[in-house]
Amino acid sequence: MQDTDNIKLYDRRCRPAILDGVQRIVQACAGPAAGLALLAFIWKVISLKTGDIPSPETTFEAAVELFRDPFYNNGPNDVGIGWNILASLGRVAVGFLLAALVGIPAGFLIGRISVLDKICSPVISLLRPVSPLAWLPLGLLLFKAAGPAAIWAIFICSIWPMIINTADGVRRVPKDYLNVARVLDLTEWRVFTRILLPSVLPYMMTGVRLSIGTAWLVIVAAEMLTGGTGLGFWLWDEWNNLNVGNILIAIIVIGAVGLALDAMLLALTRRFDHREA
Amino acid sequence: MEKFVRIEYVGQCFETRNGPFVALRDINLDIRQGEFISLIGHSGCGKSTLLNLIAGLDRPSEGVLLCDGKEIAGPGPDRAVVFQNHSLLPWLTCSQNVHLAVERVFGARESRGLLTRRTEEALRMVGLAHAMHKYPAEISGGMKQRVGIARALAMEPKVLLLDEPFGALDSLTRAHLQDELLHIVAATKTTAIMVTHDVDEAVLLSDRIVMLTNGPAATIGEILQIALPRPRDRVALMDNPEYTRYRACVLGFLHERHARGGVAPSTAPGGMGYAFRESADAAQAS
Repeated sequence: MQDTDNIKLYDRRCRPAILDGVQRIVQACAGPAAGLALLAFIWKVISLKTGDIPSPETTFEAAVELFRDPFYNNGPNDVGIGWNILASLGRVAVGFLLAALVGIPAGFLIGRISVLDKICSPVISLLRPVSPLAWLPLGLLLFKAAGPAAIWAIFICSIWPMIINTADGVRRVPKDYLNVARVLDLTEWRVFTRILLPSVLPYMMTGVRLSIGTAWLVIVAAEMLTGGTGLGFWLWDEWNNLNVGNILIAIIVIGAVGLALDAMLLALTRRFDHREA
Repeated sequence: MEKFVRIEYVGQCFETRNGPFVALRDINLDIRQGEFISLIGHSGCGKSTLLNLIAGLDRPSEGVLLCDGKEIAGPGPDRAVVFQNHSLLPWLTCSQNVHLAVERVFGARESRGLLTRRTEEALRMVGLAHAMHKYPAEISGGMKQRVGIARALAMEPKVLLLDEPFGALDSLTRAHLQDELLHIVAATKTTAIMVTHDVDEAVLLSDRIVMLTNGPAATIGEILQIALPRPRDRVALMDNPEYTRYRACVLGFLHERHARGGVAPSTAPGGMGYAFRESADAAQAS
């Protein structure tokens, strides 16, 4: 009995490292692969039952066709999917950057000055739960155009998480670090660059991640309403054409882009995280 | 110079939810230049409160504190603090942490190269020349505390304030750092005020040990002059009858006359202290 146990142990130790590596990759991929397979299976069953929804294979073929030429341009309402993705990303980028420009400094001020906190907190609490799409008509009224109105909706939805998380980060700067600043008698600017900013950065990045996530959710809906270009518009346009295959492709593309945005920001956040163990 | 740091009739009172809490009262103490003072007492007795007052991090509610003839109106680099939990900025390397202090104190007068030399010199003094470019998360607790000491010393302060500087370290590291501090203070002739609850540490390092009564309303119970010759050697001192006597004296104060939660001795000066033990702890926690 003991002999066989020893042999097993011996075997495991002698296995080449490359096999361990392969095994780890297989183990890491097995879960996601099974999940996706399950999704495709359910999709297939539904498509067989209803007949309205194209099967995964036909959708895949349509997607290959669609992505063969993503950057064609046949006039205003017929552009390649690449242009639509870029249009949506562009709006998110502009709205988000404007929100960061306003929201992050505002968050610093609110976190640092308690009077401002008392003034702003109720307003933020009141406006934050409002669906960004509720702001769209106001945007249309103010800017008289669909594009800026969509950016306006992104701006509104991105700004709250950035203000709230930045202010929270400023409030949580460890008192010890601020005491260090006081003992060293650092200038306000040095306090900001050497202590406040590095210590708030992880919180700020959390706000940025939440903002981008919401912004990507909102842009699709906003574009459905404003029309013109963008993934949301394209999805709605395909619905009007009753092209269900393209709707499914749009859903997957929206998901994939959102996932990529979040993964990018997560990697960035990790680089800025200095919180000590 | 006589009376380099003067503490006159200082009292400190905090506003708490349960009304005002008197932490310190009637503190009078004069400290000579180059002297090493230990503040010792049970936890919650207000030693750190007193140190914060000297640092200028808090203002006293009564009395006045002077350093080098000037009233202490706020924190400043002439009174460098070594914090209990080292308080290094985790996003700066050891040398950047020290440089931040050096730059503030000498930046206006000295060239960049000189500032860098000062930074390196300070780290070399605490034996960390090799770890200059490491981040605080990459070094041990003892090394972090050494960087904290280097940061404070690099400012060439008039007074070095140490808030239980070795409290969080293991006993071997602590002994090692105490010896280093002895050497450094002897070499730089810095005036030092250290908060501690370690009797051996206090006797080994101090010229005088200031013993505080229990809070609330703690005050100076007794001051013990330590006349041991310097340089002091911890191993040799073990057999020194004077050392043993000093030790016994401090232990007697802490554990007999001012024991925490013990029976109230009738002779205790400022005696009602521990009757309010719980409220003192509550104020500490808040």
